[in-house]
Amino acid sequence: MARRATAQGRGRCAVRWSIPQASDLAGRVDALFFTLLAVTGLVALAIFVLIVIFCIRYRRGARVDRSGAPANNFPLELGWTLTPLAIFLAIFGWAAHVYGGFYRDDPSAMPVWVVGKQWMWKVEHANGRREIDEVHLPLGRPVRVVLASEDVIHSFYVPAFRVKQDAVPGRYTMLAFTPTREGTFDLRCSEYCGTDHARMAGKVTVMAPAAFDAWLAQGTPAASMAARGFATFRRLGCSGCHDPRSSVHAPDLNGIYGRVVHLQDGRSVVADEAYIRDSILLPKRDVVAGFEPVMPSFQGEASEGDILEIIAYLKSLGTARP
Amino acid sequence: MSYLEEGFTLRSWLTTRDHKRIGILYAVAITVFFFLGGAAAAIIRLELLTPQGDLVSADTYNKLFTIHGVVMVWFFLIPSIPSTLGNFLLPMMIGAREVAFPRLNIVSWYIYVLGATFTVGAVIAGGVDTGWTFYTPLSTLFSNTHVVAAVMGVFIVGFSSILTGLNFIVTVHRMRAPGMTWFRMPLFVWANYATSLILVLATPVLAMTLLLLAAERLLHVGIFDPALGGDPLLFQHLFWFYSHPAVYIMVLPAMGVVSEIITCFARKRIFGYKFMCYAILGIAGFGFLVWGHHMFVSGQSAYAGMVFSMLSFMVAVPSAIKVFNWTATLYKGSIELTAPMLYALGFVGLFTIGGMTGLYLAAIALDVHLTDTYFVIAHFHYIMVGGSVMAYLGGIHFWWPKITGRLYSEAWGRVAAITIFAGFNLTFFPQYLLGFLGMPRRYHSYPPEFQLLNVLSSAGAAVLAVGYLLPLVYLGWSLFLGKRAPPNPWQARGLEWKTASPPPKENFHETPEVDAVPYAYDPEEKLA
Repeated sequence: MARRATAQGRGRCAVRWSIPQASDLAGRVDALFFTLLAVTGLVALAIFVLIVIFCIRYRRGARVDRSGAPANNFPLELGWTLTPLAIFLAIFGWAAHVYGGFYRDDPSAMPVWVVGKQWMWKVEHANGRREIDEVHLPLGRPVRVVLASEDVIHSFYVPAFRVKQDAVPGRYTMLAFTPTREGTFDLRCSEYCGTDHARMAGKVTVMAPAAFDAWLAQGTPAASMAARGFATFRRLGCSGCHDPRSSVHAPDLNGIYGRVVHLQDGRSVVADEAYIRDSILLPKRDVVAGFEPVMPSFQGEASEGDILEIIAYLKSLGTARP
Repeated sequence: MSYLEEGFTLRSWLTTRDHKRIGILYAVAITVFFFLGGAAAAIIRLELLTPQGDLVSADTYNKLFTIHGVVMVWFFLIPSIPSTLGNFLLPMMIGAREVAFPRLNIVSWYIYVLGATFTVGAVIAGGVDTGWTFYTPLSTLFSNTHVVAAVMGVFIVGFSSILTGLNFIVTVHRMRAPGMTWFRMPLFVWANYATSLILVLATPVLAMTLLLLAAERLLHVGIFDPALGGDPLLFQHLFWFYSHPAVYIMVLPAMGVVSEIITCFARKRIFGYKFMCYAILGIAGFGFLVWGHHMFVSGQSAYAGMVFSMLSFMVAVPSAIKVFNWTATLYKGSIELTAPMLYALGFVGLFTIGGMTGLYLAAIALDVHLTDTYFVIAHFHYIMVGGSVMAYLGGIHFWWPKITGRLYSEAWGRVAAITIFAGFNLTFFPQYLLGFLGMPRRYHSYPPEFQLLNVLSSAGAAVLAVGYLLPLVYLGWSLFLGKRAPPNPWQARGLEWKTASPPPKENFHETPEVDAVPYAYDPEEKLA
């Protein structure tokens, strides 16, 4: 940061003509880009050359053979309809295949929780270590970023990784990738979010696994994310009803995460992050079969960070997923 | 007596029902808005000369790009070709004396002016900072600017679009001259007909969406705001359900104009006329099925994303057909590079680049990296400015003698066309690179490594500004001092050229009869 400031102070204009490929997806995305560049570049060049040649050769007054100029040619036209179609479908298939990689569900991936907020990124790791506008990640380990927003829509964009995902209020979105290069890379907000949108920037630091583990353990807070979630669970009074020994009739939350929950109205849903979040903020939406809709909403009381911690706590109680 | 001599008072213009005069009223209004939106763009480009946000504050910058977008999309591009050239020419090209509903036609202009008043009012009152996309919950809960006034302006101007579209559809169906069958209609008419279908079918969805937005902002009805039980993605779906077809509202009429110009100055029938008609309809139809490609990273389901990606590739096919057919039209033609032809060929070049870079954005994995960066800005400016504005200016030059009865300076016309083409590429080509290198859009300040490309872009904008001011000067001069134009200075074949320049109020003294295909040009004929 300081070095950049001096370079700028001297009026130096540091141009960069490429961006590093720092994730497992980057190379695959770039291959797609440069293939498209070659294909479209060649076709565009062919069209421009033809236009120029025709404009010169068939200029008004030039003595050339203009006889038999066709007004249409069905086979030719069908050809230049079906050929682009075939090429387009091939590119579509390729791109869709690469895209699948962005959302793969890898249970061994290291989760990182990121909450967007006007105009900062709040980051929390599983062991409870928190950062602001910085994300530390281990080299070569699959990462799953879970995104939420406290206010408006933001977008988590790391150009060097070629990944981008909106953080949308009211729901969780996610992103999976593996950092493949050590170093510090720019994190930017790419969905317009108000006054300081352009300054909602941060850094992603990719470290060797051992160094990362040391960093993670360093200044470890007293409590892990799940432990902090348990504290929040008690502070907000959740345990008053959801404790199995409680006199109030509320669902037991042991092993809730990933389980199929049967609802009053006959639907069945899987208790994932979004379900738990909705149950805390909009408890009347999905009432569990056999229970009275007595739970109050915790909107305004539980922040996005609180909810993520409660989810981590509930996950720590055991999950139905392998 | 020409339509211009029917009355010289302001009153005679403001109470007219003549489709030609209404076209001119629109032309005056949208020219004002073009330069208003252009002024906002000029300040944006000045601000981006340096990485630090030093010329205007972040809030002012946000208001500038919002007003640039709102004004250019709804008060210039959407009405540009249909409401000016379309109004003037569509009835003449099918041999009609009027549009189907002349009173409704002038009403739609007044609705446009009313909507414009709201939006200008919002700007004067302090501006709007949501971006032209009005994304929720930023627009409903967090922005404390004049969102409702601006949205009302857009809501109102939508009715003007709907009425114009309705008028054109009925006119084309009911008022064609004897012998003017569907496959004898000029492509300009086809294009405006297809555009009208989109206007009538898509604009109501925008109107509803904006009303819901206003209801949420004013009455706290929970529709889009998750805190009230709403869904912010619902807004994006509704907004793009209109706003993607709106791109075709902007570009289809441009394709119509270019088809007329190229066939005339190549002295050759348009190549593959029927494929061109089907391509127009195909674009209008598929255009309704691709809105989700604006939302690949929004949190929309990955499978929905893939379907939208495939459909977006489909819509590129008819666009490709059109480019190939224009190129083939030049083959064995007798080509004269007049000012309108230069604009039209400029359109083909820029539209090709804009269309091809659309493929990068349709390729879903690649869009993840490129969306919401300057790559997208460059892509849609190549289509809307490089494409639509270029074609609009080409059309204004081509039909200028018909509309005004005067000739303009051909040399200045060519200079302006080339200046605009060069300035345009210098402005927007660097933005493709900026986008690939990872510069997000709507950034008031930016990392210093992006400065060189931004300086190039701003320099291009200066050239572009000169290019846009030039026609204002020499066309203005021609209006009063230009040489009188003959009825058909280009020896063109359309019905609009078979009457006086400027035409009489009722267009034709006798209703024309049509007995041949359009564009009966012969490259070997000797021209006067």
